Formats: sequence, C-alpha cells, structure tokens
Amino acid sequence: MLKIDNLHCQLEDEPDTKILNGVSLEVPAGEVHAIMGPNGSGKSTLSYVLSGKDGYEVTGGSATLDGDDLLDMDPEERAAAGLFLAFQYPVEIPGVGNMIFLRTAMNAQRKARGEDEISAPDFLKLVREKAKTLNISPEMMKRPVNVGFSGGEKKRNEILQMALLQPKMCILDETDSGLDVDAMKLVSQGVNALRDEGRGFLVITHYQRLLDHIKPDVVHIMSAGRIIETGGPDLALKVENEGYADLISAA
Amino acid sequence: MDAVNTMAPWREAFDAFAANDEAAAMGAKSREQAFARFEAHGLPTRRHEYWKYTPVRGLTADTGVVSRAAADPFAGVDAYRLIFVDGRIDMSRSDHAALAAVADIAGPEGAPWMEGVYGTLQNRDIPGAMFQVERPFADLNMAMFTDGLAIRIPADLALDKPIHLRYEGAVGSHLRLVMLVEAGASMTVLESGAGALTTAAEIVVEDGASLDHVRAQNEVGERQFTALYAKVGAEAAFKSFTLCADSALVRNETVLTMAGDNGSGHVAAGVMGLDGTLIDNTVYVSHEAEHCESRQVIKSVLDGNAKSVFQGKIFVKKDAQKTDGYQISQAVLLSENAEFNSKPELEIYADDVICSHGCTTGSLDEDAMFYLRSRGCTEREAEALLVAAFIDEAIMEISDEGLQEIMRATTDEWMQARAGK
Repeated sequence: MLKIDNLHCQLEDEPDTKILNGVSLEVPAGEVHAIMGPNGSGKSTLSYVLSGKDGYEVTGGSATLDGDDLLDMDPEERAAAGLFLAFQYPVEIPGVGNMIFLRTAMNAQRKARGEDEISAPDFLKLVREKAKTLNISPEMMKRPVNVGFSGGEKKRNEILQMALLQPKMCILDETDSGLDVDAMKLVSQGVNALRDEGRGFLVITHYQRLLDHIKPDVVHIMSAGRIIETGGPDLALKVENEGYADLISAA
Repeated sequence: MDAVNTMAPWREAFDAFAANDEAAAMGAKSREQAFARFEAHGLPTRRHEYWKYTPVRGLTADTGVVSRAAADPFAGVDAYRLIFVDGRIDMSRSDHAALAAVADIAGPEGAPWMEGVYGTLQNRDIPGAMFQVERPFADLNMAMFTDGLAIRIPADLALDKPIHLRYEGAVGSHLRLVMLVEAGASMTVLESGAGALTTAAEIVVEDGASLDHVRAQNEVGERQFTALYAKVGAEAAFKSFTLCADSALVRNETVLTMAGDNGSGHVAAGVMGLDGTLIDNTVYVSHEAEHCESRQVIKSVLDGNAKSVFQGKIFVKKDAQKTDGYQISQAVLLSENAEFNSKPELEIYADDVICSHGCTTGSLDEDAMFYLRSRGCTEREAEALLVAAFIDEAIMEISDEGLQEIMRATTDEWMQARAGK
C-alpha cells in the first residue's frame, strides 16, 4: 500500500539542513506499523513530506500509495487518493465551523473521485453516529474547527475526521501527546475500530504506551533521518526499557 | 492639468440640469453654491490629503454608463421598498403609500422638521465645525440631486420592517437622503443597486433611538460616491455595515458625531475585490459627549490588482471623557499585486479615554490552508472557508441575524465566482 523508498529531504529555505537521509519502509494493507525514535530524528517531517506540506524539498527517493506517486500530488489530491494525517498539533481555525469544514472536505474528496456529494441529512446522520462513539458532543461540533478544544478534544476531532473520510492509509503523528489515560483509550478505540484488512496505519510515537492500545504489527526505529531497526512489537518494549542509545550506537 | 478645462463638461451638465430639470428648483441657491465649491475644488487628485490613495481617474460628466446587472441581495427581505430608476422614484414599484401610513415621508424638497437635520454640508464653514474637509462629491450631490427621500420616524415607533432603497438604471444620478429617527424610535435602512453616482445622507438619531444601516455595493460595476453624516444622541445607537465588491471606483465617507452621552456608533465594511477594483472606506468619528463607544471594523479581501483604502479617524473632544473608541482594519491579499492602504488617525484632547486601533495585512494562514487541504478541500475551497471566516468579523457587526445571513451568502457567491475563474 504505502511504499517509501530511499526518501531524502531537506528544508527548502535551509538546504544544508538534511532531515531525511534515505528512509525506506513499506506498509501493506491491513497492517499497523509504528515509527519510534528520539526527538529530532525526522518522524514528524516524514509525515509532513508524505502529506504534502510546504517547506520541504525532496532531493531523492520516492513515496507511493498503491503505486501512485504521492510526491507529485497536491495535498488535497493525496487526501482524495486515501492518505490521512492525524496532526500532532491540530490547527485552530477561528470562524470556520466544524460541520461546514467536515462537509466541504468530504464532498471535495468525493468530487475528486468522481462520486456524488453526500446529502445533508445523510451527512448529519453520519457525523452524529461517529461523534457519539468518540464522545464528541453536538456542542463541540458547532464550534469553529479546534478553537477552544482541549488537547484531548483536538485529538478526538482528528479521529472523527478519519472515521468520516475513511482513508486507505492513516498516518498518526504523536496522537498520544497531550492525552491522559482515559483520552488515550478513547482515541485508541476510535483507531482500532477503523482497523481492517483494506487499511494501513503508520503510527508515529515517542512512547510505547500508545502501542499497548494500538497494537502494531511492525515497529521501526528512526534516527537521524533513517530507519535503523525494524522488528516486531517486542522492539517497542525493548526501547521502553533500554532507551534508544544502544540501537543508535549499533547503527 | 488645466482645472478649468477639466471642469467645463461638469459645468455644462450642471447648467443643463439647472435650466431643464424640474428638480432644480428645490434649493436653487444652495445648489449653485454647492456646485461652485465642487467646481473650485475640481476632481480630487492625489494632492488632496484624503484622496492620496484614491485617484479619481477617468470620471467624466457623461454619466450614461449602465451598471452591471446582478441579483439584489435584499430581494427576499420583507421591506418597504423604494425603487429609484435613473434618479427618480418609481412610484408604481415602490411601497411609498404603505410607508407614508406609518412614518412621515417627503421628497428631499423639504418638510418643516427637516430644518434641524438638513444642512450638515452648509455648516462645513462654521468656525470650529468638525472635519472641515473638502467633500467634492457631497457638493456635487447637493448641486445635482434629482430625488431622494426624507423620512421622520415618530418618537418611540419601532418601524415594523426595514426600508429598502434600491438604485436602478444608468450610473449617473444623484440622490439625497434625510432621516430623522426621533427619541426612542428605531429603524433599519437597506441600500442596494448601482444606479446612483452619488448619494448623500444626513441622519439624526435622537436620544434613545437606533438606526441600523446595511448597504450592498456588490453590483457597483462602475463608480459610486457616498457620503453619510449621522448625529447620534444620548443612549442612541447607530450601526452601519457595507459590503463592497468589485468596483472600478467606490468611495464611502461616513461621518459620525457622537453628540449625546452613552451613545454608540459602529461602522463596518467587508471589501472584496478582483482585478480593476478600487474601494475606499473613509470614516470620521467625532466624540463630543461622555461615555460614548465607537467601533470601526474594516475587512478587505483582495485579489488580482485590487486595491482597498481605509482612512479612519477618531477625534475626541476635550469634554468627551470616558470615550471608548476602537478601530481595526485588516486585509488578506490573495495576490502579490493586490494593495491595501490604511491610514488610522487618532486625535484625542480628553484625558480619560480608551482608544485603540489595529491594522494587519497579509496572506491567509499557511497552517490553516495546509490543514484544510490535507483533508481534501481544494486550494480555492480552503481559501473560501478562510475568507468567509475573515469577512465574518465585519458581518457580525450587523444586528439582525437574517441580514447577516444574506451578507454571508453574498460573500460566498463572490468566492464561488472567483473559484470558478
């Protein structure tokens, strides 16, 4: 599904700052892969480069989703192709209502794929149903996008968007940051409910504890812009107990 | 440039008007004086202090330009409709009789109660009068208005529905408005249509009264000059909102005098412009009483080589203690060639006041754009969502939620049309 091959990138404004130095990994449909790594290893940058944020220049390698070149697409084309990034810091957008935002996004994706727009009643019904499972109140839905949301509410709102847009490939960038134990459970349940054989996940996290709730099939360790180790779920436990230092020095 | 030559066609037009138009008999003397001022001043140039950013180029006395046809945003509003075509009221399509049954109305030729209202312009030269600024187009309006409306809302009457002034026909007419909202009364006035080159309104909002003004200039394909003078009494409220879109040249001058204690005066505008647009909102607020609050909110969204100008003055007289004056002007530039000129002026002689102003110009928030696009919104859709939110801060200045919605829909149509290009 998601195939990243020898991906290199640097900051557009500071070409000397190389952030990714040959990342390669592949997430097949139906699998959950975790990326762990110390601060500054390039994890979040990888998520931004995959989703098309400005400010990064890809200098080598490739990234494809079901064979289509992601790097050649606008962010909205990537979304329509089935890529979704759950932001580490969801953006607050004053004045833009959550509902109008969700409906615009949903219909834009449908239109891009040549599908009919969702009707207003169907949309309302769908949002109500998904919001309820994530414990998102109707009052929250009436507010502007992420404005005045707590850290936990913002992350739940990300998962709600994921549940509505039904992407093929989900990237979760430190979704556990800023969450208490209960919120982490709620968010994890939301993610787990979306797991199925047609969908892939790339879960970026610092800590093993999120992976207690969202159980990965494969764990990658990233350092200095490269994957330095790949293993099963036990690799995350090893990192939790021993830290990254040994892995990094061995690489 | 030779000013005499430039003004000659205007003089011919005025002489023809004075000789032939039945309306010319109304206040013939003050018309001649006003025209003499206009003639002496000439068309504004960049050398005139309050026209520095708004060059009046290519404006001719030949005013037979037909306005761009566009839907009337207020068409669906239940209102007393007064329709002016080519500068004269069309009685057959207007709710003149129904309005006359509830309020005191007259043509601009006069009614006894107008004495205290009419003549703000003439007072311009009184020593000590505020804002002794040249107002050439208000003078032109006074010299050549053909029709208009004078209306008095009797004390304590809440007019049951808005008055909608609709300007149709060729862009060349001059219309004069006089409004007196007596103590404790309230009214809403809507304006739309491109069929007036100039409008001049003199308004008195007496103690405890309120006037809400909502104006749509989304059809003004060519040119419009408006002047609005409002005197706001004690505990009275005046609120004005204008939506301006895509005009070759629009200049809105609003002059508020906060004349009684605890009054409130708000002036807001949402400006949207594509290539070839020049829209100027110039606001003067004079605080002459205590505990008054004034607010100016101007939001501009500019694409292509569109240009928006805001000149906003807050003047606080020595005795106007406890004044709360606020002004914000912000622009979003959607293209590198768009231009926003903002000139805030604060002149304060009282020592116990709060006055603040802010001004920002920039592009749309990049993080918000990326967030929206990462969810599938196209670039144009994402821009439309953010622009709507931006303009909404001006629209929120309208009291009536139904009218807010109409202005939102008009804003949205403009963004949709832009997205389709």
